Amino acid sequence: MGYPHRPHPRETVVLSQHFGEAEARSYQGWVKRGGYVALRKALGMSPAEIIEIVKESGLRGRGGAGFPTGLKWSFMPKEKTKPHYLCCNADESEPGTFKDREIMRWTPHALIEGCAIAQYAIQADITYIYIRGEFTEALATVQHALDEAYREGILGPNAMGTGKRLDMYIHRGAGAYICGEETALMNSIEGRRGNPRIKPPFPAAAGVFGMPTTINNVETLAAVPHIINRGAAWYRSLSLANPKSTGTKLFSVCGHVRRPGNYEVTMGFPLRDLLYDLCGGMRDGRTLKACIPGGSSVPILNREESESCLLDYEGCAEKGTMLGSGGVIVFDDSADMVYQIMRLARFYAHESCAQCTQCREGTAWVTKILQRILAGEGQMKDLDLLLDLSEQMTGKTICVLSDSCAAPVVSGIRKFRHEFEAYITGARRAAGAA
Amino acid sequence: MSAQSTAPYEPVFTGEMRRRLDVVLARYPTKRAALLPALWMVQEARGWISDAAMTEVAEVLGLTPAYVKGVVTFYTMYHQHPVGKHFIQVCTTTPCNLCGAEEVVRAFLKHTGCRELGATSPDGKYTVIEVECLGACGFATPVMIGDDFIESVTADKVPELLRKYP
Repeated sequence: MGYPHRPHPRETVVLSQHFGEAEARSYQGWVKRGGYVALRKALGMSPAEIIEIVKESGLRGRGGAGFPTGLKWSFMPKEKTKPHYLCCNADESEPGTFKDREIMRWTPHALIEGCAIAQYAIQADITYIYIRGEFTEALATVQHALDEAYREGILGPNAMGTGKRLDMYIHRGAGAYICGEETALMNSIEGRRGNPRIKPPFPAAAGVFGMPTTINNVETLAAVPHIINRGAAWYRSLSLANPKSTGTKLFSVCGHVRRPGNYEVTMGFPLRDLLYDLCGGMRDGRTLKACIPGGSSVPILNREESESCLLDYEGCAEKGTMLGSGGVIVFDDSADMVYQIMRLARFYAHESCAQCTQCREGTAWVTKILQRILAGEGQMKDLDLLLDLSEQMTGKTICVLSDSCAAPVVSGIRKFRHEFEAYITGARRAAGAA
Repeated sequence: MSAQSTAPYEPVFTGEMRRRLDVVLARYPTKRAALLPALWMVQEARGWISDAAMTEVAEVLGLTPAYVKGVVTFYTMYHQHPVGKHFIQVCTTTPCNLCGAEEVVRAFLKHTGCRELGATSPDGKYTVIEVECLGACGFATPVMIGDDFIESVTADKVPELLRKYP
């Protein structure tokens, strides 16, 4: 549903069906809504069967990369010779994205059930749910639900009376965007600085504590019980445009729309309809200028591209951007693109872990150059300098944080060059750049 | 430099706190993994994490004080200095910025009496900072006051909101 608004008839509510219902947060309320039926069913299957169903469903990672979930699970060793771990990535920090927070605050048991099924499928001893430190409400809600799940025997040494052991704990982050990167997240669980690790080795070979590990996003895991209950074919049938993108997806819409919030639609839904129909369009007298469809790390679309973009992995790629996390940031014609892109660059400069030179220096210099342009002290050659810097920041570092900074800068200059030039020529006056 | 006190250091991890830490330690295969939770416990008990507290945490977990400091300084939510009674974090990243977050920041500075971002008000009650993406972009502008997460704050709501945090 379009939380915090009433559900829209064009939504396909699966994950968000119970958003806004206080009762759904409790164990009893969740069971009343069909909770833990899927886990019981899954515990009666073999891990290989579960992985096969998830593969068949076409479910892909909802955290941003879109990697096929069943395939990821299948990389875990089949013969268990050492401890396995599942990490649930609930470090939702990608600007524009606020869907996992709603899953955790309204349907914490959906997440626990999804984690429990995944944990069993990859034969993990422990699940760590890594929740960002700022999400105080989600932390309390999920902890309360975990306590209930242990008390009701859903988790613990004899999960649902099957004799199987399922242990699950929250690990609270402490303020670092980069810990949403899977290897940084593992370091953070281990009690280290959240610096990403070089891959390979990939987590399935050597992850947290050096043991085989799978890391999945909250939304990905929350979808799993529905797939177990209703079958892979049902999930695969939820696809409007490309058979490689299946299921429903939560889109968090923010910025200059009348009704910001979370909207759940079938993969392949037109971005145009999401913005104008579900979200009620732009504010009075305003028109769409630009849109970032997948969280701040993906290239910006102009109005034309936005109005013809289909919301699935392939549809976004076709427009030169990415579906990412589904965080849709909307800019109307009042937005100062130069200022907002500077603000994004400043975000990445602040969040760089500073391991790689290209990122540490690049994000800081991009921010400074953009601030110089905003202050009316820029030169035309600064635009080439920004593009050159962005080139040096792309594909050259351990993780993609610096690529993520470059994406809005490059697409911004390419699509809104006249706004940068207006500051440089003095046609536009400094808007008070910080 | 961290603010230092001349009073003798009172350890955090005694009695009930030590028992709580033992429960946390049992969740991980290494002692080091309990570092972030242990630091949260220190901050909860003392309001901030002093050098002396870092040394205590290091001893308890078998780490060096330098290592602990390296971790503390990496994560922005750990306070290395005392802060006001109410620690106010206003999100100003792009989505909130589009919706007027900078006016919200100005309103907080004005109504708390904080001279600048990061400074504590003369009465010791408030510290205001800008924070990067709080992950509630559809509820612009989200603000954290202590552990309270408040959605959809606008500049005009600030005085009334602050009355709840005397």
